[in-house]
Amino acid sequence: MKRIFVNEEWCLGCHLCEYNCAFANSGMKNMALALKGKKIFPKIHVYGNDKINFAVSCRHCEDPLCVKACISGALHIKDGRVCIDKTKCVGCYSCIMVCPYGSLSVGETGVASKCELCLDNACGSPACVKGCPNNAIVYEER
Amino acid sequence: MNSIEGQVRIPSGCAIAAMISKEGKRMTGEKIVESMKPMHDRSNGLGGGFAAYGIYPEYKDFYALHMFFNDRASRKDCEAFLKERFEIVKSEILPTRKIPAITDEPVIWRYFVAPLKSQLNNLQLDEKEYVTRTVMKINSEMPGSFVFSSGKNMGAFKAVGYPEDVGVLYKLDEYEGYSWTAHGRYPTNTPGWWGGAHPFTLLDYSIVHNGEISSYDANRRFIEMFGYKCTLQTDTEVITYIMDYLLRVQKLSLSEAASVIAAPFWSTIESKTDVYDKKKHEFLRTAFPSLLITGPFSIVFGFNGGLMALNDRLKLRSMVVGEKDDKVFIASEEAAIRVMEPDAVNIYAPAGGEPVIIKLKEGAF
Amino acid sequence: MALLFYPEFEVIRNENRCIACRVCERQCANEVHSFDSQTGRMIADETKCVNCQRCVSLCPTRALKIVKSNCNFKENANWQDDTIKEIYKQANSGGVLLSSMGNPKPFPVYWDKILINASQVTNPSIDPLREPMETKVFLGKKPNHIERDKDGKLKFDLSPQLELSMPIMFSAMSYGSISYNAHKSLATAAEELGICYNTGEGGLHEDFYVYGKNTIVQVASGRFGVHEDYLKAGAAVEIKMGQGAKPGIGGHLPGAKIVADVSRTRMIPEGSDAISPAPHHDIYSIEDLRQLVYSLKEATEYKKPIIVKVAAVHNIAAIASGIARSGADIIAIDGFRGGTGAAPTRIRDNVGIPVELALAAVDKRLRDEGIRNNVSLVVGGSIRSASDVVKAIALGADACYIATAALLALGCHLCRTCQSGKCNWGIATQKPELVKRLNPEIGKKHLVNLMTAWRHEIKELMGGMGINSIEALKGNRLMLRGIGMTEKELEILGISHAGE
Repeated sequence: MKRIFVNEEWCLGCHLCEYNCAFANSGMKNMALALKGKKIFPKIHVYGNDKINFAVSCRHCEDPLCVKACISGALHIKDGRVCIDKTKCVGCYSCIMVCPYGSLSVGETGVASKCELCLDNACGSPACVKGCPNNAIVYEER
Repeated sequence: MNSIEGQVRIPSGCAIAAMISKEGKRMTGEKIVESMKPMHDRSNGLGGGFAAYGIYPEYKDFYALHMFFNDRASRKDCEAFLKERFEIVKSEILPTRKIPAITDEPVIWRYFVAPLKSQLNNLQLDEKEYVTRTVMKINSEMPGSFVFSSGKNMGAFKAVGYPEDVGVLYKLDEYEGYSWTAHGRYPTNTPGWWGGAHPFTLLDYSIVHNGEISSYDANRRFIEMFGYKCTLQTDTEVITYIMDYLLRVQKLSLSEAASVIAAPFWSTIESKTDVYDKKKHEFLRTAFPSLLITGPFSIVFGFNGGLMALNDRLKLRSMVVGEKDDKVFIASEEAAIRVMEPDAVNIYAPAGGEPVIIKLKEGAF
Repeated sequence: MALLFYPEFEVIRNENRCIACRVCERQCANEVHSFDSQTGRMIADETKCVNCQRCVSLCPTRALKIVKSNCNFKENANWQDDTIKEIYKQANSGGVLLSSMGNPKPFPVYWDKILINASQVTNPSIDPLREPMETKVFLGKKPNHIERDKDGKLKFDLSPQLELSMPIMFSAMSYGSISYNAHKSLATAAEELGICYNTGEGGLHEDFYVYGKNTIVQVASGRFGVHEDYLKAGAAVEIKMGQGAKPGIGGHLPGAKIVADVSRTRMIPEGSDAISPAPHHDIYSIEDLRQLVYSLKEATEYKKPIIVKVAAVHNIAAIASGIARSGADIIAIDGFRGGTGAAPTRIRDNVGIPVELALAAVDKRLRDEGIRNNVSLVVGGSIRSASDVVKAIALGADACYIATAALLALGCHLCRTCQSGKCNWGIATQKPELVKRLNPEIGKKHLVNLMTAWRHEIKELMGGMGINSIEALKGNRLMLRGIGMTEKELEILGISHAGE
């Protein structure tokens, strides 16, 4: 399965991926209208300092701890992807606690939020990858 | 007034034909003249000509200069110049018939000459180089005089007109040669004078050519570095000089020269398995890149003792070859071969870039 | 001293579109953009903007554009805006004005006054999609006489030749003036394309020795980074006598760009300015050049062609004629529009001649003297497209050097401030956080794409002319016509006017 990989050597820390992610998952057609004046809740987060930067998002583990820890059955595996059914999430954040990579976060509505590779939104493939100016985030089979 | 050939470059379409006896049997010009008739539409009456080998056996040790002069004064001036450089053993009007189809005849003269030994010694040149330089000098620097044939025991005959008429004009039925080439021209402009007709010759090399080469100026500007002057701006002229340079100056063989001007594609060279052959082609292409000729051409290259026919490497012009006994025939169209020899056999179209080399048997000329 | 004039550029931000993502702020090494936390809006300090368009390119909502300020001084045809501003700058600093990249002044571009031929009726055009079309060239001396062994077989001895899959090379840009990643992009692209890139005068980084057969190593007046292994590493050695952007002076690399790796490669102390001497101090005349040519041939065991690169100056034909007799295998001529990482503005904008005229004059002179076979000619100095290449070859060049076009493919936006060392595109900089902006994988791909595209275009233009091998185009001036030129210009270029 194709997954998102991050190459910190080429990450510029520009944070474009976060905005592209937020826009892709906004359901809107115009980025400015979607994001202007709003706090964004991206599913990818850039960490780093002035020396090194890298973007972190869900790795879609084959044996994901988050799915095991989910008390409501909201997290599940769909065609190899780890997906979340927001209607089932009760906001216990167990998944956030157990994820060894820090890939999950609290979303806009208070329930857990995570990367689903943009396969279910209008983008069709990871928006962070498409918009990365330096190929620091790639979507490939490894 | 239109510019004359040399002041302007005139592309042409053409018909070519050739016949040769490998035994060195001499044939009159009748058949080669006839062969041009079925290809009449490949010419437009603005140029025709022939080259014949073995026609002057009694003067075979002398350079036969065929010349056009605009007028008597030009001839007098040129003769004075020739006398400083050559011993002239014979000087005469080149015999022609007056025919209604061809007019505006210039003064046509024939000389049999030998270079003055003292001059050769002074200039430290070999005989052929000396004659070449003299021809270049007359053709580029003496307006009104033009050498259109300068080899030994051979001659070119050309005019503005259809080739079959040119043959009659020059009485080619009265000459006997072991090898003949012919040319009918379809220029896209009025050449204005007879020098522009083909064949083009230098020493005993003659070329009849059908095509319009796209590499012309690359070839011309390169070959002019070596003392050649392309006064006519025709493909035929530049190809003749290239052949002279490769064969006489660089001493390449005919097939090596063919590999320079119609070089195989790099991909073809790379796939060759014979190591020497592969290296030879790599070397020749690398050494003489500016002599590669591109664009359509079919040529028959005549020389004392043989012929070489060659197509461009994409074969963008028609050319067929046939045989009968010791004779080989070459023409733009099979119809022309059938006129020369109705029973010709082994008729085939040589591949692009594949030279057809016919040499007389040892001692046959 | 206070700023004397309104900034050259204005940052226009569409507030309806700006989402304050701060990408512009993070990407501007000149610190133009900043976030005002009180209002939650982005603000800009336009005095620092160099119009490199990095922020414009990365702004996800296209909220930004940079425009030239229309706040001008009172109109004056003689004292134009730039002229006045330069006076202010010099009055302020007391220094020589510095600029980068090529001459931007409105001098005639002869490439744009030359038209190319095509076949109609009398001979066929050739379809590159269906017929073979060859672009391979060999640079180097061609033999004047063919020799045979005693069996009559040809001897295949040739002077060393540089084989290129197409008649284009990446021109000299030193490691130091451009970044490690820019060099890596050029080296890997040259390798994939079967052409060469050029180290420039900054030596060869140890990581790039593996690309040796696609590398031209340069020896310039400063001799930076020159040693035996370096000379032997390349496919050819280039002696840089001059550069089109700054004829008569040597390279300038500010100390700020001499970081550890650059210093090691150049073999000079870290942080020291690398100012190459104006001449080679062992070459004060043509006979001295011959000695250096042969020294380099000795050092490389006569296995590598030696290139002599000169700037196109007034008597270029005579100079080239001298070089062609010096033992050099290739002459590279750099026209006055050639780029640079840093040059005095007055020199860049006023010294030298157009490469089109220089090429035509040199090719003619070498042919007139019968020595064109002694050398190959490579021309550079603003070759902008495949048609420029075709025109250059038809005028008489064997190959072209491109540098500005290659940098554009790497992202350069021609802001012409390379000398600052703060290139936002990761090209003309040594700051690690900026250098990493150029991912050499992307850089290589863009260069390969560009050259592949040009190769297709060259083939199409050749096919139109009925030419199926690049060597039949070389010096084929009959394929060119001039338009809107004087008799003199046509005479120098050796071409006829359109319609003739």
